[in-house]
Amino acid sequence: MIAVLLMQTIALTGATVYPVSRPKIEHATVLIRDGRIAAIGTKVVIPAGATRIDATNMWITPGLLDGSGQLGLVEVDGVAATRDADVKDDTVAAAFNVAEGINPASRLIAITRIAGVTTTLAMPLTGLIRGQAVLIDLDGATLEAMLVKSPVAVVAELSEETKSAGGGSRAGAAARLRRVLDDARAYSLRKADWARGAMYPLAAPAADLAALGPVLRGELPLIIIANRRSDIATALRIAREYRLKLILSGVAEGWQMAADIARARVPVLVEPLDNIPSYDALGARYANAALLERAGVKVALLETNTHNSRNLRQQAGNAVAYGMGWDAALRAVTLSPAEMFGVAARYGSLDSGKVANVVVWSGDPFELSTRVEHVFIRGAEIPLRSRQTELLERYRTLPPKY
Amino acid sequence: MPRLLTCLLAAVTAASAAWAQGAARPAPAESSSVDRQQYPSQYARHPYPLVAITNATIMTAAGAEIPHGTIVLRDGRIVAVGAGVPVPPDALQVDGTGKYVTPGIIDPHSHLGVYAAPATEAESDGNEMTNPVTAEVWAEHSFWPQDPQIPLAIAGGVTTILVLPGSANLIGGRTAILKLIPARTVQELKFPGARYGLKVACGENPKRIYGQRNQFPSTRMGNMAGYRMAFSAAEVYRRKWDAWNADRRGDPPERNLRLETLADVLRGRIYVHNHCYRADEMAQMLDLAREFGFRIRAFHHAVEAYKVADLLAQAGTAAVVWADWYGFKEEAMDGIQQNAALLQQAGARTSLHSDDPGGIQRLNQEAAKAMYAGQHAGIPVTRDQALRWITANPAWVLGIDSIAGTLEPGKMADVVLWSGDPFSVYTKAQRVYNDGWLVYDRDDAAHQPRSDFELNQVPTPGSDR
Repeated sequence: MIAVLLMQTIALTGATVYPVSRPKIEHATVLIRDGRIAAIGTKVVIPAGATRIDATNMWITPGLLDGSGQLGLVEVDGVAATRDADVKDDTVAAAFNVAEGINPASRLIAITRIAGVTTTLAMPLTGLIRGQAVLIDLDGATLEAMLVKSPVAVVAELSEETKSAGGGSRAGAAARLRRVLDDARAYSLRKADWARGAMYPLAAPAADLAALGPVLRGELPLIIIANRRSDIATALRIAREYRLKLILSGVAEGWQMAADIARARVPVLVEPLDNIPSYDALGARYANAALLERAGVKVALLETNTHNSRNLRQQAGNAVAYGMGWDAALRAVTLSPAEMFGVAARYGSLDSGKVANVVVWSGDPFELSTRVEHVFIRGAEIPLRSRQTELLERYRTLPPKY
Repeated sequence: MPRLLTCLLAAVTAASAAWAQGAARPAPAESSSVDRQQYPSQYARHPYPLVAITNATIMTAAGAEIPHGTIVLRDGRIVAVGAGVPVPPDALQVDGTGKYVTPGIIDPHSHLGVYAAPATEAESDGNEMTNPVTAEVWAEHSFWPQDPQIPLAIAGGVTTILVLPGSANLIGGRTAILKLIPARTVQELKFPGARYGLKVACGENPKRIYGQRNQFPSTRMGNMAGYRMAFSAAEVYRRKWDAWNADRRGDPPERNLRLETLADVLRGRIYVHNHCYRADEMAQMLDLAREFGFRIRAFHHAVEAYKVADLLAQAGTAAVVWADWYGFKEEAMDGIQQNAALLQQAGARTSLHSDDPGGIQRLNQEAAKAMYAGQHAGIPVTRDQALRWITANPAWVLGIDSIAGTLEPGKMADVVLWSGDPFSVYTKAQRVYNDGWLVYDRDDAAHQPRSDFELNQVPTPGSDR
């Protein structure tokens, strides 16, 4: 059935289209065919037999991409049986790829995609080196059908949460991370010695060291979660030392060192609505995303609450309210994260040949009054149904419709 | 029932009177066990000049929006609201062109000050997790007025909060109604004359906390038995004290702080604020209240309230809910975005809350999300109703609705000037007046309060914190 849907040709007509890769186009048509964007513009020839959807007065954007969270990896936070996002007894878990923990039947998936978020990172939780994150489209009966890219990055964390991995000191945690990276490099050069048992005791199991090979070669990004200025500086230092392709996540105090981050050409994943002071980030503030972006840092915006990934657009709206340009904010929930995760050739903008993850909105996608009219994932229209819409219909009038 | 109503009315009148006399006046005796005052409010209105906000869209939470309206604040009160209101010549005039005015936001469920930032164990003071029934503890005794989260909430337009103990216990302790202003002591924040509440918690939390320790309760039936045993003891206590108070002969009965609070619930002097997620448990709690002859003022969190909206409307119990939280625990699985709208439709008293130091800063956005979720699903909700979810209705939940929660002449001058439509994601609170005092001005660093905690520690960020 999925194959049949993919074969459809759909023409969305009359809308204001925000391709992200170029300026908006008024009264435009978006043509979707075989799961891809076939054409976009004001002079698109609509083939006979195409399904036409009138999108006059509506806005069309790429599906939103949330570069955080544990979608598919957690159903109920309070129920351990439904959580698959971490390997708790392993603080150096570079080989832990979350993919097979993802549940394509998770009820959260429909709840999220009908709000316009079509692609999310599924990120491991906990540990100095948490494991490998993957990128998924929010549609598909199997993991294979959902996966966009695996792995997208190895995820590490330098914070008050992970300093225990270094004996209780941030310096210890940084030193341990360096030991692991050093040994990963040594392991990649001396696999034969290792197999003969002719190497010194290594800082992590061989599988974890092997998983860091692509990171050390600069082929796979290392996402480091860091919020305190000193932790961000440590992350930048380590990335420089090992020539890593670094992505910073969290970065709550990043606005205080935006020029340094820009100079290092390190992109950042930021949650705009983060301003509660903690000892991990006393300087957290709403303007963080805007200030980083203004300094020339590539910024992607997050909603880190997995159950409410759908509020990514509210996060983006607030980033705008606190100084980010509207176009920059749209890019920060579409093309910028796609670039960071190495999928921009297929995702993040409305261009011919890209995967047809497309959302039709009643208006400005960041505005609270706006509703989702249509969602397409890989060219298939998604029914705007979820467990929550079914509960609504059951209890819309009382007594309920049992 | 009539006795209870009389009691409620008397309390409201007393609260109004205390406030009208310029605050800092002792509240009526809060306990039947002692005649002495207990931790009285030391709240005093901060003097501020006469203010007139002109040419703004005024949303009163008491009827239609007033375009190009004027509102006049004098000595802590709203003295005039309307389209043709003359501006007193001596007023500080604030140009409201293109801006909106609403009542100050009231958050009926907050743990500010009791779970203060920076969230250290040292300042984690919200749950007395040593006994499933701790009616004897008072949230105000944990409250830290230098919590750096307080200025952030003020900047979000919040003027009054209900601070509650956490939900680890079946009966967690007394709540406190606080004005949200900078102050050195909690006594200076206590809403004058306001009545106490009692935090009661259903469901997973108490049975998990104590069950894990192999202690009572470990089941929902254990939870119910726990409330019933507590209130049974309170009935005996109440009878003893009422008998002694009748003639005051002989030695008074021994004072028991736990039962004293519970007895005042039975007397209708203390409101019950009931943390409760599941619909079936709300029905159980309404029956518990009937068994012991008290009323539950509000179910808080109440993610399944929409399933029993009719029962809540009938019982006169408010539902205090989130816009869209769900799924963080099993009993929260069935949260839907139309909860508030469906409650409104059923005629239940509907309120939003934050329960969160982030969410409290944008309750206007939460109201907008809940309103639009309803409207988009074809459930009629007006803008005035949605505004009432964060103003007039939480005022009722707290029992201060005769004093605060709407923009009407005579009401306390808790007023927010917004940069635009408060239901837009792009709108920010521009000015916040609390009891007539300009407590926050986004454009003037002199009116951007900072807690002691922040000094030389949290960078001074300018207006857009």
